[in-house]
Amino acid sequence: MNHYEVTFIIDPVLSGDEIKSTASTYESLLKDQGCSIVHVNEMGLKQLAYPINKKSSGIYYCVEYSSINGSPIAKMELALRRDERIMRFLTIKLDKYGVQYNEDRRSGKISSYKKKESKKKSFDGPPVAPVAAVQEKPEVVAPVAAPIVAPVVAPEVIAPVVSNEEE
Amino acid sequence: MASRDDIKFLSNPTIGQQRKKYCRFKKYGIKYIDYKDSEFLLQFINEQGKLLPRRITGNSLKYQKLVAVAVKRSRHLAILPYVADLLK
Repeated sequence: MNHYEVTFIIDPVLSGDEIKSTASTYESLLKDQGCSIVHVNEMGLKQLAYPINKKSSGIYYCVEYSSINGSPIAKMELALRRDERIMRFLTIKLDKYGVQYNEDRRSGKISSYKKKESKKKSFDGPPVAPVAAVQEKPEVVAPVAAPIVAPVVAPEVIAPVVSNEEE
Repeated sequence: MASRDDIKFLSNPTIGQQRKKYCRFKKYGIKYIDYKDSEFLLQFINEQGKLLPRRITGNSLKYQKLVAVAVKRSRHLAILPYVADLLK
């Protein structure tokens, strides 16, 4: 069994029901081809990095499915290409690491990468502290606090670390 | 005032030393690079949206290739721009 993942962008001009029916038609199309759908990820309305068909936003859908061979892809892509409601699509084959990643992501083991938020908080801390404790040598506290926090935070900052936190 | 004994170096001795670069994928055991995670991929492109070379990111060849594929996929899906100005 091969795992595939198709991501497509639906026109945001459509109404909510039309969008859902569009997504469900492709789900049923895949099921008719004998594929088993692993997961449907509604990524929702997102801003596009560049305009497509003079539109600056789109609704992202990501469908992960497994199939015995790659024959459903051709029919699926043909249907997507003919559909005017679909702005862009991409089908990829998932390797075993990709399948594992998607599973972990769903179970909340992997949280999405956050841009140095935790580091910023640690720097926001010290300026507040001296106000509360002026007599406790705030100048000594601040330099010590920053280096200790930074190395601990670093692995999280660099990579989407496996954690039990829910997204 | 610092006494003469306290002064050991005129400048910070660690300034000239380069920190050893490493491949973050090998170090943290990341096997799959998600093309939908734009925040993560932003680390590997410059502010014009171009891929950063391996000599700057420190990625191993294997993972640099995977990063390149992931960035190209996300560009196609308009998650990352093909061309940009002041991306970061």
